[in-house]
Amino acid sequence: MGTSTKRSVADTIWLILAVISAIMILIALYLSLIWAPEASNLPTETERLVQRVFYFHVSAGWVGFFAFMVTAVAGIIYLITKKRRWDFIALASVEIGVTFTTANVISGSIWAKPTWNTWWPWNDPRITSAAVVLLIYIAYLMLRNSIDDPERRARLAAVYGIIGFISVPITFLSIRWWRTIHPAVVGTGSDTSQGGFDMAPDMATALMFSVITFTLLYFVLLRLRVRLEDQREQVEDIKTRMLEE
Amino acid sequence: MDYLRKVGAIVWKDVTAELRTKDILSSMLVFALLSVVIFQFAFDLRADNVRLVLPGVIWISITFSGVLGLSRSFILEQDRGSMEGLLLAPMDRSAIYFGKFLGNLLFIFIMELVLLPVASVFFNIWLLTPSLILVLVLGTFGFAAVGTLFSALSINTRAREVMLPILLFPIMVPVLIAGVRATGSLLDGETLGDISHWLRLLLAYDAIFFAAAFLLFDFVVEE
Repeated sequence: MGTSTKRSVADTIWLILAVISAIMILIALYLSLIWAPEASNLPTETERLVQRVFYFHVSAGWVGFFAFMVTAVAGIIYLITKKRRWDFIALASVEIGVTFTTANVISGSIWAKPTWNTWWPWNDPRITSAAVVLLIYIAYLMLRNSIDDPERRARLAAVYGIIGFISVPITFLSIRWWRTIHPAVVGTGSDTSQGGFDMAPDMATALMFSVITFTLLYFVLLRLRVRLEDQREQVEDIKTRMLEE
Repeated sequence: MDYLRKVGAIVWKDVTAELRTKDILSSMLVFALLSVVIFQFAFDLRADNVRLVLPGVIWISITFSGVLGLSRSFILEQDRGSMEGLLLAPMDRSAIYFGKFLGNLLFIFIMELVLLPVASVFFNIWLLTPSLILVLVLGTFGFAAVGTLFSALSINTRAREVMLPILLFPIMVPVLIAGVRATGSLLDGETLGDISHWLRLLLAYDAIFFAAAFLLFDFVVEE
């Protein structure tokens, strides 16, 4: 195969994409921290400054949600085809999703402190939902860790990944009905929400760029993580073969 | 018709086994009563109005003692080696799920039937009203639907009993929220019409997860 010396075309393309996503992250940082205008309708300077967390906060939240959707879809395909690769994709996607959702929850909490004067606003439905979703996927990783047989692990993880994802919209809905104060960011906020701001066109551009950057980063990470799992499996195979000889 | 008879046979098997050993029900009942007593101690000193904490107390007691029963459901089958027998039986595997689900539902209902009067006495608020029972039935249905699937799933893991609540509780959040909210509203004197959005949420949850568990059960027990 000669994979060790020669890079395949796909590998080169992925390397280029990785470099592009690194550059785009720098641009996204510039756009959201310097270029985008201040949210001028917010009362205090701290609130105006911390509002800039919003670009990465929203992007991380989106990637988290997208990653868990990929896991559910990969789980369905795994159950139908029984191809190991889909299990690797499901696992990789959960790991990335958990990382980004954690970033989303933490950045939300940092924003909430000056704006709502509390680190952890239980009365905000979205932050609470994100935390519950995070727990579901931490449980997913724990489930995988506690099953040794690879085939069974893949099968049961696929089932949990599907059920977990079905519960995401229901959890969001139930927590939204439970309490509502999160600002409706785009357009005018409702009377009950505080901290909302009207989005200027430049803000929308910065947000859009940030979302695209994070999505590309997701695919690069996914590819790397799946390849790592592929290689780990190859090593296992080689080990078993050598032991047999 | 034939399918229902097979489902009935599994329910009957579980009920007979339970009548002989009384393992599951006795532990669930004692645990439920203990948790009500402990909540009484924990909250009594602070809460002026028990109505505020009572919905939470009821639902936590049901969830915790319910998970105790659910975890036994498939572990017993595996430890006695009867799981293979069930899987070899000439029937659609969804019948096993359906039968186990009904058995679990029955046990949790019996536990609730004891829990509610006792909680009513302890907290001095009568709980066995038709509308409250409706909320409990809807919530318990979803709880048992997901719980039965995860019970079968967790017997394949290393930390069997520990795994079930970790998998189940985050997925149960909607049931818990809707159940506690609806119970609280009813205790405050609101009518079923006032809590119809919670009832609809519970109904949707029950339907969606029962269907999903029914479809996915095959993959859980597949060898």
